[in-house]
Amino acid sequence: MKTFFAFVTKEFKHIFRDKRTLIILFGMPVVLVILFGFAITMEINNASIAVLDLSHDSYSQKLQNKISASGYFNIEDALMSYSDIEKAFGTGKIKLAVVIEDDFGKKLINRNNPSIQIVTDASDPNTANILSGYLMAIIQNFNREQGIVPATLPEIHTRMLYNPENKSVFMFVPGVMTIILMLVSAMMTSITIAREKELGTMEILLVSPLRPVVITLGKVIPYLFLSLINAITILLLGLFVFEMPMNGSYLLLLSEVFLFVLSSLIIGLLISTVADSQQTAMLSSMMGLMLPSILLSGFIFPVSSMPVILQYISHIIPAKWFIIIIKSIMLKGAGLESIGFETGILVTITLVLGILTVKKFKIRLE
Amino acid sequence: MTEENVIIAKELTRTFGKFTAVNHISFNVKRGEIFGFLGANGAGKTTAIKMLTGILSSSSGTAVVAGFDINKQRNKLKEKIGYMSQKFSLYEDLTLKENIRFYGGIYGLSKAEIIRKTGEMTERLRLKEIENTLISEIPLGWKQKIAFSAAILHHPKIVFLDEPTSGVDPITRRQFWNLIYEAAADGITVFVTTHYMDEAEYCDRISIMTEGHIKAMGTLRELLTKYDSKNMDEVFKKLAG
Repeated sequence: MKTFFAFVTKEFKHIFRDKRTLIILFGMPVVLVILFGFAITMEINNASIAVLDLSHDSYSQKLQNKISASGYFNIEDALMSYSDIEKAFGTGKIKLAVVIEDDFGKKLINRNNPSIQIVTDASDPNTANILSGYLMAIIQNFNREQGIVPATLPEIHTRMLYNPENKSVFMFVPGVMTIILMLVSAMMTSITIAREKELGTMEILLVSPLRPVVITLGKVIPYLFLSLINAITILLLGLFVFEMPMNGSYLLLLSEVFLFVLSSLIIGLLISTVADSQQTAMLSSMMGLMLPSILLSGFIFPVSSMPVILQYISHIIPAKWFIIIIKSIMLKGAGLESIGFETGILVTITLVLGILTVKKFKIRLE
Repeated sequence: MTEENVIIAKELTRTFGKFTAVNHISFNVKRGEIFGFLGANGAGKTTAIKMLTGILSSSSGTAVVAGFDINKQRNKLKEKIGYMSQKFSLYEDLTLKENIRFYGGIYGLSKAEIIRKTGEMTERLRLKEIENTLISEIPLGWKQKIAFSAAILHHPKIVFLDEPTSGVDPITRRQFWNLIYEAAADGITVFVTTHYMDEAEYCDRISIMTEGHIKAMGTLRELLTKYDSKNMDEVFKKLAG
């Protein structure tokens, strides 16, 4: 126990003396959450658009007023002909163009299916999708006001459950928390172990009476502790700065955080069994861990719209399951019974990797 | 006092796949002796040290170090040995004192013992003024002495020094050997590898390893006579060539 204490003390000294480590540990979570929360948002306001109004009547004017009144769009340009559309996109100022056909008003009164064309800049497909979605909702609303709901089409009311205002920060807080925890746990642990190998101190430790399990625990426990602090910081930021709801149990949430951190720490250890230098450790955790976690976890891109093969790969990424778990607990107030499956997967991944790591460690010692 | 053997190696062998790094070596090292373990790079020295320090198991044969079997009693063995690598491995971001305390700590010394020994050590090496300096700011020659002192802080029965003088100037090397003599006089057996042949001449007994075998072993005088040479350099050339 005394030897273990000596070891952990040393680990904390390493952490607190290295400015880079400190920044990663305490600066980055805060900066990332705030950045994602305020700056990078999936909501789009005041997008510049152009209108080609071929009808020029009171109805087409009404529709345009409605579009600009929505707050989502800014009518930047009134176009004169089809050829102007291409030019307007070419200048890069507009994201979308609306074409209102000739005799729009007349056809509307005669119930003669007037049509509207939406042209979007699909070089930025996400924005294009979101904008056309907004616009269609506005047009549908306009139709309803004019009393021309087609009898054949049911009217659609969308209710955003669990996130009624569709705030993207609700997505980012769990996402950032996941990425940070992964970074701190997996990358930092693998780097500190690789550092001992690089400096040759690992040999000294192995020759010393410290049992390998003590060395491993001594490396892991400081980061476990710091990860929990980080999780709590991010959680508090989410709750108080971004007013995320917390509908579930804190105990359950923290236990899940613990489980996820444990799985990441084990991945870190696994990386360190193969990486002999700090650089290799960093690169392998970046490429092998951070990138898949960011890209395939559903944090930024929805898993369901990925190619099938990537969807399969995403199943073995702990981050994916953890994000689902946090969102369920925080937004839906889910209990263990409804996230049992996801938790089970995390436990399985942790166990499998744990056994693998222990085996790898043994081989090194033989 | 009877002559006690602190290392008894019998037919010690280690293979990696088809490659035999250490091939049936047998030797004894007596208590208080300075035993020089020589060999070119790749001769199997490091593998042998790894087995003797209990971090690598032997493929066949065995050794008893400080009274413990290297394969079966590793944990007890490790408490009784010290080790210093050619990298003078100390933590750069810890101070001299913190490094020493850490090594004392992992060898299970009590707090009082650690403080007493740290004091003694900094006194003896005249490093009192820099005890709170980070290791990264301390010159190489001093680091070497500190690393050695850390390795024998717990007063092991035997200390393994793996090329402890590489990259250090001749004067500092000479001073370092004085430390080794002091430790040996204190009853600590010293097992040292080196590729400086002049250093081999400081050892009580020398063994020369090539390609996994121990080719020659004996005191300096014995080896010089046997191979009809003026110095170790010549002996080594005759054996390796």
